[in-house]
Amino acid sequence: MALVDIVAHIPPARIAQDNAFFRTARQPSAVVGVLLLGFVVAMALLANQIFPGDPLDFVGQPFQRPGEDPSFPLGTDMLGRDLASGIFHGARISLLIGAVATAMSLVIGVGVGAFAGYYGGKIDASLMRLTEFFQTIPPFLFALTIVAILQPSIATIVGAIGVTAWPSLARLVRAEFLKLRHGDMVQAEIALGASDMRIIFRHLLPNTLAPIIVSASVMVATAILTESSLAFLGLGDPNVVSWGGMVGAGREVLRSDWYIATLPGVAIVVAVLALNLLGDGLNDAVDPKQERR
Amino acid sequence: MGEPVLSVDGLSVRFDRKGGALTAVDGLSFDISAGETLAIVGESGCGKSLTALALLGLVAAPGRIEGRSVKLQGRDILGLEGEALRRLRGNRIAMIFQEPMTALNPVLTIGEQIIEAITAHEDISHQKARDRAVSLLDRVRIADPRRRVNDYPHHLSGGMRQRVMIAIALACNPALLVADEPTTALDVTIQSQILELLDQIKRESGTAILLITHDLGVVSEYSDRVLVMYAGRKVEERTTRDLLKSPLHPYTRGLIAARPGRHHVNGLRTRLSEIPGMVPSLAEMPHGCGFAARCSFVVDACRIARPPLIPVGADGAVACLRIEEARASEHAAARCDAY
Repeated sequence: MALVDIVAHIPPARIAQDNAFFRTARQPSAVVGVLLLGFVVAMALLANQIFPGDPLDFVGQPFQRPGEDPSFPLGTDMLGRDLASGIFHGARISLLIGAVATAMSLVIGVGVGAFAGYYGGKIDASLMRLTEFFQTIPPFLFALTIVAILQPSIATIVGAIGVTAWPSLARLVRAEFLKLRHGDMVQAEIALGASDMRIIFRHLLPNTLAPIIVSASVMVATAILTESSLAFLGLGDPNVVSWGGMVGAGREVLRSDWYIATLPGVAIVVAVLALNLLGDGLNDAVDPKQERR
Repeated sequence: MGEPVLSVDGLSVRFDRKGGALTAVDGLSFDISAGETLAIVGESGCGKSLTALALLGLVAAPGRIEGRSVKLQGRDILGLEGEALRRLRGNRIAMIFQEPMTALNPVLTIGEQIIEAITAHEDISHQKARDRAVSLLDRVRIADPRRRVNDYPHHLSGGMRQRVMIAIALACNPALLVADEPTTALDVTIQSQILELLDQIKRESGTAILLITHDLGVVSEYSDRVLVMYAGRKVEERTTRDLLKSPLHPYTRGLIAARPGRHHVNGLRTRLSEIPGMVPSLAEMPHGCGFAARCSFVVDACRIARPPLIPVGADGAVACLRIEEARASEHAAARCDAY
């Protein structure tokens, strides 16, 4: 009764909150994505509390199946390392690399796209040729080459992913800027005496934020996959545990002890799926055609 | 009247292209005094909006602005570039656009946008700028400005958005306000409110207003002088009252006759008159008078050279060789009607 009363007294405008946050919250895929991502983030945050000590230490008998020994709930690998600890600590590395590499790509991609789209002409042409140059090389192979040359470490992996992942974002931002560049809003801003930097960063960028956020969430997922792939190929940072590295190590015993490769693989799937679902949900939420059904 | 706020001499806008430049605005000259509204009228494509944009240096390549001088309060602003031009825009000359819907930034509150217009030109604290934003909203008659200052553009109606645009334009007390069809996107009742507001602002602060429009009703009520443009050129410039009472140029006559209204003759409604033909394209502009092909008083001399501007009355001018003939035929027509 009380609840019914309360609901009845909420003004209709409040129930139908029409902003991006509430629209996102109404997307089932976004909700699932956020929950899964929250789970992965929690794993990363609690890794030191639940599994103190280096996950690369040999702590028990090798080849213990999940559930065989209560102190190793997900079992141990062929060297006696705790798989659960590896997966929890691996979440840190994956999220760290995903986030930092994406931040780097965002800075490069948004910068290149914004200046190309705003200024046009020769600046646009030269920045776009640069972008195309990067696009002609498959990003994964490019990152692989950079890491192979520079010795694998977290810094070089982040750098390699960040430097190779920005071209599509630059194109997206450029397209958005081109759309707005010759519109009334920019004309009006120029007529008001706003400087170029002010127009770019205060007016145009906030107006293109929605597609940028959507693609950023997918870029994090891609960065995690790239990092895992590099580690799988043995180009991960040897001093830290990585999901991709764990899959790579377990590959050799896949037929006898499938769980060693499979469990970290599931972790990769969950993290990437979470980010893709979130990206989908955000995409639907910010797409004006999806509004008001 | 003293020195005019804006004095334009021989302003042209050309577009370079293969096979010669197109001249969209051709040697336009006019003055506007403080507290005066000059209306520029003409049909679509006659160059009136381009004139407005050219004053603010907003013509993008391949367009080129040329002219002898454009003096704002005695200072030549023609050919200003970069920082000097930026300082001028929004500060000494402000512009009100046709579509308040698309000219406001949807992701910033109207307060932030007004504050930005102020801080782009004046070095004052955020709080002071905010106070001024509130008083500007009050000045453009927006109710409850203290609350409204935090609204986003989509919270406002079209008329209110245009009021906000005016508030932004007034932010730095410009000497000249350029209003490019400020009411075309609004419905009729809001139109008169907005124009009334502009008129009040002009009387309060002595701002000169350049009003671009194609609505002769608006011209008759809210302007002091009218400049009629045809195909990029000035064909007639008179005080509003004189122009509407006794238009001289055949094109102006046509425009006024083409206004829907009560054309009753002996109790019968007459057919709405129209100007025959089309505006010549910029690429095929004749050597002589641009209106020659549509004019019923045309003689060979009209096609040979551009008719010069002939002074009329105190400060009027008309570019037509056949004023007398046109006037005579009008008298004849009037006699005929009376009969």
